[in-house]
Amino acid sequence: MRVHDLTIDGVAVSAPEGTTVLDAARKKGIYIPHLCDRPDLKPVGVCRMCTVEVEGKGLVISCKTPVRDGMVVRTESEGVSKVRQVALELLIADHDSDCLTCAKDTNCSLQRVARHVGVDSPRLARIRRERDRRPLDTSNPFFDFDPNRCILCGICVRTCDELQNINAIDYTFRGTKTLIAGFGNRPRIETNCESCGECVVRCPVGALVPKDSRQPSKLVRTICSFCGCGCGMLLGVRDGEIVSAAGDFKNPASRGRLCVKGRYGYRYVNSPERLTTPLVKRDGEFIPVGWDEALDLVAEKFSESMGDSFATIASAKCTNEENYVVQKFTRVVMGTNNIDHCARL
Amino acid sequence: MTTSTAIRRPTELHARLVLPDVEIGICLGTGGVAAGGDEVFAAFEAGLAGTGVFAVVKPREDTCPGSCASIIGTGCRGMCAMDVLVDVLTRKEGVESKVTYGTVTEKMVAKIIEEHIIGGEPVHKWIVLSDDEPTSHNEFYQLQDRLVLRNCGTIDPEIIDDYLEAGGYRGLYKVLTEMTPERVHQEVLASGLRGRGGAGFPTGLKWKFAAEAPSATGEKFFICNGDEGDPGAFMDRSVLEGDPHSVFEGMAIGGYAIGADHGYVYVRAEYPLAIKRLKIALKQAEDRGLLGANIMGSDFSFHLKIKEGAGAFVCGEETALMQSIEGKRGMPRLRPPFPAQSGLWTSPTNINNVETLACVPWIITEGAEAFAGRGFEKSKGTKVFALTGKVKRSGLAEVPMGLTLRDVIYSIGGGMKDDKEFRAVQMGGPSGGCLPASLLDTRVDYEELNETGAIVGSGGMVVLDVDNCIVDTARFFLKFTQAESCGKCVPCRVGTVRMLEILTRICEGKGVQEDIGLLETLADDIKAGSLCALGGTAPNPVLTSLKYFREEFEEHIHEKKCRAGACAELTTYWIVAETCTGCRACSRACPVDAITGEKKEVHVIDPEACIKCGACYQKCRFDAVRRQ
Repeated sequence: MRVHDLTIDGVAVSAPEGTTVLDAARKKGIYIPHLCDRPDLKPVGVCRMCTVEVEGKGLVISCKTPVRDGMVVRTESEGVSKVRQVALELLIADHDSDCLTCAKDTNCSLQRVARHVGVDSPRLARIRRERDRRPLDTSNPFFDFDPNRCILCGICVRTCDELQNINAIDYTFRGTKTLIAGFGNRPRIETNCESCGECVVRCPVGALVPKDSRQPSKLVRTICSFCGCGCGMLLGVRDGEIVSAAGDFKNPASRGRLCVKGRYGYRYVNSPERLTTPLVKRDGEFIPVGWDEALDLVAEKFSESMGDSFATIASAKCTNEENYVVQKFTRVVMGTNNIDHCARL
Repeated sequence: MTTSTAIRRPTELHARLVLPDVEIGICLGTGGVAAGGDEVFAAFEAGLAGTGVFAVVKPREDTCPGSCASIIGTGCRGMCAMDVLVDVLTRKEGVESKVTYGTVTEKMVAKIIEEHIIGGEPVHKWIVLSDDEPTSHNEFYQLQDRLVLRNCGTIDPEIIDDYLEAGGYRGLYKVLTEMTPERVHQEVLASGLRGRGGAGFPTGLKWKFAAEAPSATGEKFFICNGDEGDPGAFMDRSVLEGDPHSVFEGMAIGGYAIGADHGYVYVRAEYPLAIKRLKIALKQAEDRGLLGANIMGSDFSFHLKIKEGAGAFVCGEETALMQSIEGKRGMPRLRPPFPAQSGLWTSPTNINNVETLACVPWIITEGAEAFAGRGFEKSKGTKVFALTGKVKRSGLAEVPMGLTLRDVIYSIGGGMKDDKEFRAVQMGGPSGGCLPASLLDTRVDYEELNETGAIVGSGGMVVLDVDNCIVDTARFFLKFTQAESCGKCVPCRVGTVRMLEILTRICEGKGVQEDIGLLETLADDIKAGSLCALGGTAPNPVLTSLKYFREEFEEHIHEKKCRAGACAELTTYWIVAETCTGCRACSRACPVDAITGEKKEVHVIDPEACIKCGACYQKCRFDAVRRQ
């Protein structure tokens, strides 16, 4: 593929054909402020924060501008800061200012951009408004949506469309009344939302936040145990308890994605209702027993039902390898072909 | 060029005509209907049938028993201020004579039938236009050059034979029989036709790009943008209502030129009459083989669909329009890729405005030189303007490019209404700007108007007099754009609202000096930072107002004064005792009963109750009601 050589802020950068200026800068470690761009989504150019100056072309938005040979890009100039700063101030002017109580505080893209770009405080004060509080959508059991913190970058909408192909949410209304909502402004629980939470992890601000807001003290890299897909995940642990689950972007199988079970279904681990020892029914009551005793009982009962009086239904929670062992056991040990899988039901 | 030999001339396709002794044409454009056109139509029908002298025939009936008269409903002919307009054409011993009556009501019909149609003597006092005797209104058409509107007001848009008789579909016949697609876009390029939707991009070049673009899907689309949304603009509506086939023909020619066999006419749903007539016209054209498969027997097919908009101004923006056709929320997207490369359903797509397309058949039949021969420098041909506001004759006027604003307002428009002083002309709607009297000699020309900060735009021309406040007018347009912002990009979504808030503050007398600078800063950012043209041009009304009428902003801020008396918070009304005659005209006009006083006694306005509507001020004949 053709490689283009350009300079960004005087730094020589090479990037293959089709790369955007923003991506080329990101790979080189040059920060261009941005809010609506994500490497795993198609660029839309709505936040205007990534405006740069290209010699001979003037101001362009770097998330949509492909690299060209000999291109001279400046991420800072009088023109750039003028457009960027006023647009940022407009965004802040229309955004909640209660950072201290926001779950995304210190981990917020708007804060990062604001620190980088800076604001003209007197001007910001003049355009700042108390805006009409809009009701939160807390209908989803796993996450909340706060339209007062939403910057309408559209990342959630694009995630739902491009990555999940669910399209549960979209823009609704016009002008400053614009809102991200389900069809007909219905709450999220009434849409076809699958609660995968991909939008929540991608939300650059505190508009979409998990209901469980406990911060983990350490992250443990592991594999999701819910099904045989084997998605990579980072479990957040605090006081010996799982308090969060995040997709592992380094996992080659799942590339950071999780479903509703993997992302929000971790509470069973610490549930008091969870079985931790085998139970055997004696005189109509379940009595906790040791593993050896339980397995002996199973072996004994199995032995009584060898051949076609026996059947196995394997589980999607097992891996391919485990399922292989199950069918081998059924055919060879139990002597029957009566084997099926829950995914077929 | 197609090689088929079986191509049928459009002249072979229309029915035989009879010439009735009397032809009555009644304006049934939206303006005409609003003024009571349907009732006038019914009155003529009933009145003529009742006389027993004439048989009322359908215009296309083959036979005419004895004396007959036909009545047709036509499209808008422009002089909307005089609606309902009624043409009466009489034929006597081979001599035709035609007059146009203005502001016709049902009640006037009987007299016109009795004295003119039966008696043979026109009702002179109601004539606004006549072949024989020039009236003051002839001036309305004097400087006009009706090319786009060539058939508007003369043919019945619901009868395809009318269009065919007027030379319709000859352009399409010509391209199918004599021209290659390349030759077609060369011809359109040579004519100098530029997009009439506002941007002014050369149409021929646009077609060339779309024609040359490879299509991964194997399909190309041709779209007509009929989502005319500018407040005060109604030129596209009039063409769609009055001459829908000219748009279809332009589209079919364009489809042939770019290699598209499918097209969409995107019309705003607020134009029910246009939609109705387009549907009728489409059916008729398909029945005659002028649209659809194998047009006129050739191997070129062009299938058209009518798509109704859902009420969003931003859907007039081409990328948003395509999203809307695809069934998505109409929001603009970034270009590139341009529609010519990847448009509707990712296929190469060409989008032209209604007026642009209506020019095309004319260019093909009359030749590019004839079109290029009109106009001025880089702006060729004619442009239709919707002339509204404080002029004597508001309406639709088509003028050759290069005419001055003064010509349009003072000659065609007949000058200022009630002879009040000219304040400004707002050009190009919410994307345009306000120009002062000193710029009245600016030509109607893309480049010359752009230099002033206003634009040709879609052709809205709103004339303001001394009773209109410039700040308030700018606020009006911004109120429109901020409400219609799709909400996608930050500068437009938030910036326009902030500008509106500042303008409102100034109009209410709460403005401060810094507000002007803040307006300019925000305007610059919105212009430079918006994603589409809606946002990019939204600050224009404010910027031009600040450029030419800065002192009025300053007056509002520092002197808390609105010289036009339009900003209610800055205006007070009172009655001068010396001149008040106690005629009661003002108290009768007051909608909130804020004026009290006995008959023939001096009246008083209660400032607490007064809502500052200005009704008393307009009504007083003795200059007793004052305002400041």
